[in-house]
Amino acid sequence: MSLSSVDGRVLWLLRLMGAASCALVVLILFFLISDSIPALRELGPRLVHDESWHPRELAANGTYGMLPIVIGSLTVTLGAIALAAPLGLGSAIFCQFYAPRPVATVYRRLVELLAGIPSVVYGFWGLAILAPLIAEVLRPPGHSMFAGILVVAVMILPTIALISESALAAVPRATVMGAAALGMGRWSILRSIVLPSARGGILTATILGVARAVGETMAVVMVCGNIVKVPGSVFDSVRTLTANIALEMGYSLGTHRSALFVSGLLLLLTAIGLTLLVAWVERRDPLNGGGGTRG
Amino acid sequence: MSGLSLPTSSGTEERLVTTSIWTIALLVCGVFLWIVSDVVLNGLAGLSISYLVEAPAQGGRAGGILPILVSTLSILAVALIAAIPLGLGTAILLAEFTRRGGTFPTVVARSLDVLAAVPSIVFGLFGNAFFCVWLGLGYSILAGGLTLACMVLPILIRSLEAAFRAIPDEYRLAAAALGMSRTRTTLSVLLPQAAPGLVVGLVLGVGRVLAETAALLFTSGYVDRMPESWLDSGRSLSIHIFDLAMNVPGGEPNAYTSALVLIVMLLLINGAAAWGADRWVRRATGTS
Amino acid sequence: MRLLHSLPLLLATALLSGCTGGSAADGEGNQRQTIRLAGSSTLAPLAIEIGKRFEERNPGVRIEVQTGGSSRGIADARTGAVECGMSSRDLKDSEKDGVRAWTVAMDGVCFLVHASNPVRELSEEQLRGIYTGRITRWSEVGGRDAEIICINRADGRSELELVTKHFGIDPREIDADLIAGENQQGIKMVASDENAITYMSVGASEYEARNGTPIHLLPLRGVEASVATVAGGTYPLSRPLLYVTSDEVAELISRFIEYSRSAEVDDLVKAFSYVPLQR
Repeated sequence: MSLSSVDGRVLWLLRLMGAASCALVVLILFFLISDSIPALRELGPRLVHDESWHPRELAANGTYGMLPIVIGSLTVTLGAIALAAPLGLGSAIFCQFYAPRPVATVYRRLVELLAGIPSVVYGFWGLAILAPLIAEVLRPPGHSMFAGILVVAVMILPTIALISESALAAVPRATVMGAAALGMGRWSILRSIVLPSARGGILTATILGVARAVGETMAVVMVCGNIVKVPGSVFDSVRTLTANIALEMGYSLGTHRSALFVSGLLLLLTAIGLTLLVAWVERRDPLNGGGGTRG
Repeated sequence: MSGLSLPTSSGTEERLVTTSIWTIALLVCGVFLWIVSDVVLNGLAGLSISYLVEAPAQGGRAGGILPILVSTLSILAVALIAAIPLGLGTAILLAEFTRRGGTFPTVVARSLDVLAAVPSIVFGLFGNAFFCVWLGLGYSILAGGLTLACMVLPILIRSLEAAFRAIPDEYRLAAAALGMSRTRTTLSVLLPQAAPGLVVGLVLGVGRVLAETAALLFTSGYVDRMPESWLDSGRSLSIHIFDLAMNVPGGEPNAYTSALVLIVMLLLINGAAAWGADRWVRRATGTS
Repeated sequence: MRLLHSLPLLLATALLSGCTGGSAADGEGNQRQTIRLAGSSTLAPLAIEIGKRFEERNPGVRIEVQTGGSSRGIADARTGAVECGMSSRDLKDSEKDGVRAWTVAMDGVCFLVHASNPVRELSEEQLRGIYTGRITRWSEVGGRDAEIICINRADGRSELELVTKHFGIDPREIDADLIAGENQQGIKMVASDENAITYMSVGASEYEARNGTPIHLLPLRGVEASVATVAGGTYPLSRPLLYVTSDEVAELISRFIEYSRSAEVDDLVKAFSYVPLQR
């Protein structure tokens, strides 16, 4: 089809809009970098080496050790994914292979609803119910890494469940039925045929779960206690990169504000890295990864 | 696809796995019921018409949430007004005016993937640096709405693009045979066809905006009064819940009520999305 | 056109926003003027109420109050980001350049425990021990056999600066279990945990205690923590609540400041359990 002159002009307008959408990523990166530069220049390795996080407006007056906060983010994310990945996958398998059809429909709807609950509501539930429960049954003060891991795990479970389910659904039915005809048991079919061929999609689901867990803010601020210290146990209070920004951005100034932008930049780079990882998984495993990201 | 009738074989391992899978499903249901019943039971106590039409008093412990609802909807309106033209344009570009796999569409699609993975607090930082400080909008409904527009853009574009891609090629060919330009085809043939799909995309975006808290903390601010202009600070419902839960002693009952209002709003919107999607599928497959 | 018909939701929100936009235009017809305040979360609730009363007497004026801590308030006033900053501590020498401070009321900082906590008094040495991690159980200071949940204030809060200065400790020595940002968050944390302790604005604490929040204000050096002792000058840890403006003050803002310092708002100052100015 050839383009008329009107089409040509419209196409340029649309291209401009597409470029603007693209440019947004560049714009975000630019603003985060430009506001990070003062801290990076003045502090540099001190962001890693300083023994504690006591930021001040002037670089010389404060200490800016971000390592405990990075460790806080990592531990909460790893803990949450360790809990949510098996549960999410189990949930997807349940929907596809174990539940009777009506049960599966209702169950899937429920998981979708779970995915739609705002993070501030999860956080509130964690604050009002979970943290006091942990303080009473396990160990005070309740506001702890453990509470954070539980809440974040509940939050990312639907993401993992829904995306891995679409990966499981993409496994060709004929293969599965063929195996069943050979008299293989349900779990044998899953283990030797379905799960290996859905591997890419399940991996994508897990990576996207990690992305959500790293970026989660409100729920974590509300239940983690927010002390900047490398946690000695799961019942200790921790602060994550996201919580750090949410807590201190409101009153931060000068180098302190800039240091918060460094943590934002770190989060952005993590997001870019995880996106590239997903793209790589999809390219390596085009059959199964593809259905995943369009969630 | 579900309920695939696979043989239920015996054997210890098989039975063990079956038990664990069912346990996981029950666990997920249990957690869901726990959270939802907690919010509903505690929230219903404070819910009344007056809660929806009064201004908050004593930091939200008393009174209602009217100014907060107005702020929330204003932020939503700003976000949609900014995001829809850009999102629609980009979606049309990707679906109708470029070939799949070309360099430009691939670059756009990858950028959108990145944008979709950026944590909302990072959007908050960006919004604060760009809209509030650099453009001088301050803590305002405008700054908050524009920040959220950036955040929903990838979701919007993807679902709008999918809506256009779902239209069978016969429409485009028939329009071309009639000598219509591509612009005409898009505006008068494809856009109406894609409309229900567009509604679904829109509704997904609306849900995301309403649920958002972190990106608004330093862009639209905390002021819980009735906003009088786009440049006033306005507190969204999600931030109101956060504030009541964290900063107001005795704020829990009303935090529950506000959470219930927010969840009901989201449920209604999700219902609308499901309804729209259903209509869209029926129309696309030609059954009615 | 058909697209618009299928988007009632968009229309509804657009209409609704049209309403709010419209009222803004009305406001502009009356030459709407806004005074923005930002800073101390101790002073903010009082400033909001003073602002409401000032708005009633001056139609067309809008007073907008954001919290964010004293340092932020002072800095925003210096850069002109807001017309008026709020601080709950004296200005440091490095901050005095180009700004003026106006005392609005007086307040103190006190330590708080849950109302059910049998410990009714702690010496300064015991408090220092609790906050530096040397004392970890309530039984060590005559209380229940339970772990002390020590709540610190976020870095940059004026209370943290006042307390560390008063006790002569470095903020880095503090070994706490949890962190509270705004005043209200700290009060809420103590009210919901029987074994918690934190420190807070005397006014905010007394206000909450009077309204039934289960907290107990600990005396300091044997002096009861109350509005009366702060007013009498006997309470050892007191501080001014300040407005901070640039050197040159516009007419409207100077009228607002004058009003905030006048006897007309003494009842509001007292209602928030702060100490009105001695005139």
